[in-house]
Amino acid sequence: MDQIKRLEILNDLGLHGRAAARIVELTGQYKSKLYFIKDGHREVDGSSILSILTLACPKGTEIQARAVGEDAEELLDNLSKLFKRKFGERK
Amino acid sequence: MTDHKVIENTRLQGIAVSPGIIIGKARLVDRTKQKIIYQYLVDEDQIKQEKERFKEALDITKEQIVTLKNRMSDQIREHSFILDAHLMIVDDSMVSDATINIILEEKINAEWALKKSVQKIRQLFEEIDYEYIRDRINDVENVAERILRNLVGKEQDNLSEINERVIIVAHDLSPADTSELNTAMVMGFIADVGGLTSHTAIMAQALKIPAVVGLESVSNQVEDGTLLIVDGYNGEIIIGPDDDTIIAYEEKQVQHERYKSSILRLSHLSSETVDGHRIAITANIEFLEEVIAAKDHGAEGIGLYRTEYLYLRSKGIPEEEELFEDYRQVVENISPSSVTIRTLDLGGDKFLSDSELIGEINPALGLRAIRFCLKEPEIFKSQLRAILRASAYGRIRLMFPMISGLQELLDTKKILNEVMNDLEKENVEYDHDIKIGIMIEVPSAVTMADILAKHVDFFSIGTNDLIQYTLAIDRVNEHVAYMYEPYHPAVIRMITQVVKAARDAGIEVSLCGEMASDPFCTALLLGIGINEFSMNAGGIPLIKKIIRSISREEAVNDLKDILQFETVREVRKFIEKKMETLMPELKDKDFYMKLSLNNS
Repeated sequence: MDQIKRLEILNDLGLHGRAAARIVELTGQYKSKLYFIKDGHREVDGSSILSILTLACPKGTEIQARAVGEDAEELLDNLSKLFKRKFGERK
Repeated sequence: MTDHKVIENTRLQGIAVSPGIIIGKARLVDRTKQKIIYQYLVDEDQIKQEKERFKEALDITKEQIVTLKNRMSDQIREHSFILDAHLMIVDDSMVSDATINIILEEKINAEWALKKSVQKIRQLFEEIDYEYIRDRINDVENVAERILRNLVGKEQDNLSEINERVIIVAHDLSPADTSELNTAMVMGFIADVGGLTSHTAIMAQALKIPAVVGLESVSNQVEDGTLLIVDGYNGEIIIGPDDDTIIAYEEKQVQHERYKSSILRLSHLSSETVDGHRIAITANIEFLEEVIAAKDHGAEGIGLYRTEYLYLRSKGIPEEEELFEDYRQVVENISPSSVTIRTLDLGGDKFLSDSELIGEINPALGLRAIRFCLKEPEIFKSQLRAILRASAYGRIRLMFPMISGLQELLDTKKILNEVMNDLEKENVEYDHDIKIGIMIEVPSAVTMADILAKHVDFFSIGTNDLIQYTLAIDRVNEHVAYMYEPYHPAVIRMITQVVKAARDAGIEVSLCGEMASDPFCTALLLGIGINEFSMNAGGIPLIKKIIRSISREEAVNDLKDILQFETVREVRKFIEKKMETLMPELKDKDFYMKLSLNNS
């Protein structure tokens, strides 16, 4: 039930407001809880836009996403796609 | 507000972010801090009550934000994202759960607890190294203030009730503030903080009213009703101007208006060069409603009707009937002139809901425009049917975007033929001689232009994408945008090649990118042999004026020189020198670009 995935931030602006909002939107569609861990930092709540912003991740940062719950795998898959498509950021 | 006197004729210099000059009265958007009571709670009952009171305030806050969002006019709707983020902040565990925990644990009232949780968030944000993330604390403060106001129960400063024409003065304007404003009553904006890309600037530009920001402390220096002059050209404001200053600015205002209307007046004259060549000037539009403005600005038809709007507006694909109605009205309104309708120029991902996340790494090179239509023939056919049916009501020209080679064009025409056959079988009327054309915006189409020309009735050169694809420059990417360059010899050669191919095949060729409305490109394009320019309505008067003052023969001769140049710099130098003698008043390019912007 507990799944972990490494994610890289590919978009130019990093985890800014709009990107964080996209993550919160996505997380809201699943039953599982989502957490983010940046190296050496405490774990933060993936459904909190402010927590995600305080991770302060510019382009190129790697973070770990941990999902807990019945649909954890699906959540992480779609999360990973969201990161890969740079949060739909039109450059 | 302190009881200071407004000093007469105080001049302040800020940053001009939206052009124009206005003289009017100030209206302060005052976000005075609330008087907050701090108190300890005595028993469990009180604590429970306090928690409920806080939750209610959150609910009211969310309702207010949703109402604001729904009230946003179409002009500013694209900024509604910020309000979505505000809704998320209200619900954020660092705001809602954290405050409730503080109420429960520290036994203090909700206002105090909220202050404490915001303070904690502020500390976390202050440690962030990246300014654009750190600045989001402003959104948190903004939301917290709204929650506080709802807790304290003080009336919101009701901006929607402004009922006289005023100049809005603020420390900073939030999207929530501006969405509350009755924009018809706002003559201009001035603010203490902000820059060219600040929300205030974007709003002012969208509303086409003057704005000056970065005035530091103007919101402390004026009161409601103070007379102000705002000069959105130079970024200057004058507080409490004396009579002489007012008269001077009224004159300046009249001068600017006179120049704008002098161009506008000429816009209905025909666009003919001094040596007698007629050049067609048409408009690019996105909505049916823009047809009127296009005609008012002197457009001789619609050179590009972008059809994406109806597909993006509602959820799902619009019905053929809705498309037909829209196209029919456009063609009837512009009649007897013609309208060139470009078929859908969208990427496939726009039609899938976000959660499916079928993204593309490089959408400009991906499944979009004609490629998407060929992959989804049912969507495409429904649009083609609508266009063809509307062609019975006036003059429509049909244009396909992003054609990159002959096979693609033949496949597209095959589908068009199927649709025509269907309509015939159904005895539905349409224009059997409808002109078919393609956008030339992919470099391969330029190279193949002589071949493609044999299969269509016209070309329209889309310079925005053509330059982007040719120079491999994403103009929205700030690191390379400076290399986006219409004067690049490669671009000039490509346009020349397309025009030659069209001329050899005896078909028409127009140009519909931003180059068409750039006064510094007009002579160049004329020399190359473009005889239809299609642009945003606002740009038409100025381009007409230029065309009426140059000779095509001279432009053709100049082109020979220009084609010899090897670098952008040489081309630019040559053209700027020409412009200086041709239209000295245009020397200040930025100023006149702003003018034409404000005109549209």
